[in-house]
Amino acid sequence: MNRTRIPQLALALLAALPLAAAAAGVSDGVVKVGVLTDMTGAYSDLAGPGSVAAAQMAAEDFGGKVLGKPIVVISADHQNKADVASNVARRWFDQEQVDVVADLVSSSTALAVMPVAAQKKRITLLSGPGSDPITGDKCTAYNVHYTYDTYSLAHGTGSAVVQQGGKSWFFITADYVFGRTLEEDTASVVKSSGGKVLGAVRAPFPTADFSSYLLQAQSSGAQIVGLANAGADTVNSIKQAHEFGITPKQSLAGLLVFISDIHSLGLEASQGLYLTTAFYWDHDEESRKWAQRFFARTKKMPTMVHAGVYSEITHYLKAVQAAGTDDADAVMKKMKETPVNDFFARNGHIGADGLHRHDMYLARVKAPKDSKKPWDYYQILKTIPPEQAFPALAGSKCPLVKK
Amino acid sequence: MTQALFGQLLVGLINGSFYALLSLGLAIIFGLLDVVNFAHGAQYMLGAYLAWMGLTWLGIGYWVALFAAPAAVGLLGMAVERLLLRRLRGLDNLYGLLLTFGLALVVEGLFRQGFGISGNGYPVPPQLAGAKNLGFMVLPIYRAWAVAVSLAVCFASWLVIEKTRLGSYLRAGTENPQVLQAFGVNVPLMFTVTYGFGAALAAFAGVVAAPVYQVTPTMGSQVIIVVFAVVVIGGMGSILGAIVTGLGLGLLEGLAKFFWPEVSATVVFVAMALVLLVRPAGLFGRQK
Amino acid sequence: MSARARLLLGYGLLVLLGLGAPFLVYPVFAMNVLCLALFASAFNLLLGYAGLLSFGHAAFLGAAAYAAGYVTREWGLPTEAGLLAGVVVGASLGLVFGALAIRRSGIYFAMITLGFAQLVYFLAIQIPWTGGEDGFQGIPRGRLLGMVDLERPLVMYYFVYAVFLAAFWLIQRAIASPFGHVLRAIRENEPRALSLGYDVARYKLTAFVLSAALSGLAGALRAFVNQFAALPDLHWHTSGAVVLMTLLGGMGTVTGPSVGALLVGALENYLASLGSWVTVITGTVFVLCVLSFRRGIVGEVRALVKRSS
Repeated sequence: MNRTRIPQLALALLAALPLAAAAAGVSDGVVKVGVLTDMTGAYSDLAGPGSVAAAQMAAEDFGGKVLGKPIVVISADHQNKADVASNVARRWFDQEQVDVVADLVSSSTALAVMPVAAQKKRITLLSGPGSDPITGDKCTAYNVHYTYDTYSLAHGTGSAVVQQGGKSWFFITADYVFGRTLEEDTASVVKSSGGKVLGAVRAPFPTADFSSYLLQAQSSGAQIVGLANAGADTVNSIKQAHEFGITPKQSLAGLLVFISDIHSLGLEASQGLYLTTAFYWDHDEESRKWAQRFFARTKKMPTMVHAGVYSEITHYLKAVQAAGTDDADAVMKKMKETPVNDFFARNGHIGADGLHRHDMYLARVKAPKDSKKPWDYYQILKTIPPEQAFPALAGSKCPLVKK
Repeated sequence: MTQALFGQLLVGLINGSFYALLSLGLAIIFGLLDVVNFAHGAQYMLGAYLAWMGLTWLGIGYWVALFAAPAAVGLLGMAVERLLLRRLRGLDNLYGLLLTFGLALVVEGLFRQGFGISGNGYPVPPQLAGAKNLGFMVLPIYRAWAVAVSLAVCFASWLVIEKTRLGSYLRAGTENPQVLQAFGVNVPLMFTVTYGFGAALAAFAGVVAAPVYQVTPTMGSQVIIVVFAVVVIGGMGSILGAIVTGLGLGLLEGLAKFFWPEVSATVVFVAMALVLLVRPAGLFGRQK
Repeated sequence: MSARARLLLGYGLLVLLGLGAPFLVYPVFAMNVLCLALFASAFNLLLGYAGLLSFGHAAFLGAAAYAAGYVTREWGLPTEAGLLAGVVVGASLGLVFGALAIRRSGIYFAMITLGFAQLVYFLAIQIPWTGGEDGFQGIPRGRLLGMVDLERPLVMYYFVYAVFLAAFWLIQRAIASPFGHVLRAIRENEPRALSLGYDVARYKLTAFVLSAALSGLAGALRAFVNQFAALPDLHWHTSGAVVLMTLLGGMGTVTGPSVGALLVGALENYLASLGSWVTVITGTVFVLCVLSFRRGIVGEVRALVKRSS
């Protein structure tokens, strides 16, 4: 063959490849999952490297391939900064053929990345952010809010604890949007369940010393001290509540608590704490099996965020398989049509607003003497069905929901 | 209402004595060495972590850690002064600030890499566990101990620096090092020891803090800004200023947390701005 | 080649590099670097030339970003108005901070600026429309002069580059002017400058306001690049980062801070997968710079060139 023909032929073949890939339904010949999480900051223990491990497990368990094309998992650290998250996501979509972004863990990064993804028709699978507007007035057609939201935590803990007898409440709230929303949501649930809110105090975010606020909680005489905060604030307030002898006379209700928090606190300080979780590793045989495999990889038991990442990616891959393509519109349709049935959720449904409605669990942290093995921290008191835990689609502020 | 207020004021005093202890090392280093030690927060964190590591890996208890951790960090501080800070003598003290800032980043980064962010729990030593019901509030015994030891150490430091021969050498060293050297005092060694002492004080505060707050790699940078504000308000070279301001700010914060909690984090900075406008060298500072 | 010709050639090469940048690296990264370079250059006006270390410059960057976002997203004003809002907000804050902080010097000055910046941070958390932790999202890039569509990355890049060059030129002119000379005199020997009859306070305040206004421009520009404003823009870590950039690149040199911004931006972007090691590396660089490279990269290069010629 003439020397100029070979390059031309090669070029033609190269040009044909993407066409061939499109014909098979998978863009760029690969299904790329980007885990965008907080690897080094405040959320790195409850998400971070664990989320990446969960994603890798999901890809491997699926067989490493979908529709004959490889599944590739990449990750990056958004350092909890919205601008970093947005820029990484943009670069991923524009230059690295990433089809779906998972985790995101904090509301500010999620809210920054969602519009970028929607504009470029890529999917965001959120596990970790809580902000209600994500499936409210800020919803997008390419987003799934998978693991929990502020509403479900408030409703789970609020109503279930009141039903268990904890009728009078006092809130210690972290003074930022998340904390305040959590406090408002829970307070309204407490009141509508027949309980009373005796008072609340707003601590600056973040705070290291809660003694002042705990004193106020103590003098209010409320049965339940609701901690409308998260992360280090929650850990510090629980530790100091123990120090000041708040418990056992009064009970603490942590409104956003992860098993990683309990692990760093220890049972001595955190026993008796009420909390709502979307997942507990020791819940049943299936969850135990999966958690042991996660533990083998990461040396830690999974938080609900980790479990959520595994489950949402698996659900995504199944949808790609069923739809025969990784085109975002088709896959979103399939994800919303198909119920979720795995160790994470039984009969979970993703609504038109992108919110995954599934069972939540009310739990109480065990006393040290009741814990029989490592990470044996929770006693599951009650399963809260999705109709009770999550807001109804009918009242949604999301423009995608047809009235 | 007054009962609750008393409780808050007591809590404020407890926090204040801790601020005073924490600010002491910083005030000493600036007052005597003219170095703005941004590594102070990292040294505080080191003290807490050494206590935790000692307990978890070597079974060394709290009481030993109270001496061992500050000693170790003090030695480290002396090495830093001797090897690094000494090279910056004579330059604008901006460089000392930037160097210690860089060191703080290195130490914090290493610990974050090694220990993660959630932190570790350090138990209250059994001899100090429990709480006493004072009627208007429940006071944890450990906190009472923390106040006592903070005030004791503050007073002892003040005594040493203001009232002893060694202290007078230190103060002379700031005024006129050459003359002091001419008198036969090994001034460079004195500076090295002083920096080490300041670092040791920070570490001591860290050990005292460990049972109360989570021991995390970022505990230092969380507290450093407030500590700087305390020292600036008190007057950057004044030991007494740091102690009095620490206590005063603790009280002010306590009141804020009771009446208007949302501003309690900013009240320190508002106070700082106001004080500096009225008394530019701080409350007890000497105009240089 | 004469020194002047060499200088022009150097600048020419830099301008060409800037023009070609979006084809070499990811455009959004390049835009962010330009904004940081502008921020650092504005900061350097105060540190390198007036000798004043401010620890609160993040307040100007962040407040301007929120202001620019607010006037464009909420009031629907054009992008130019957003940039103007940013500059005005930066300058006003600078006037307030400066008037009060100028009376002090050294570490006291730094602490006052830090204190004020913390107040601004606190306000940003409290004021509802900033969106708090979630940030102020969805800032439209708009159309320049109602015609040029800034949503397209390449177009936006050249716009940002143009603004950067204009501001940089302004800083250059300020430094080379009599005003700049007086500033340097004040930095070298304030009592002398006073005795020569200069109104030192007025000069310092002017430098402060100019620095703050240009930092505001950088902040507003960044808000349009990223299309949101968030709390980390106002955090004291950002104030610390700009000190690092200026030191690394070379305080008291015109191009130094931009070089520093490029390096710090690249470090954080490309080494992001290293996690906490980035902090360790940043800290080590800081320490090395202070010990051995106080003149910063540009300063050291210049010294080398001088020695060899």
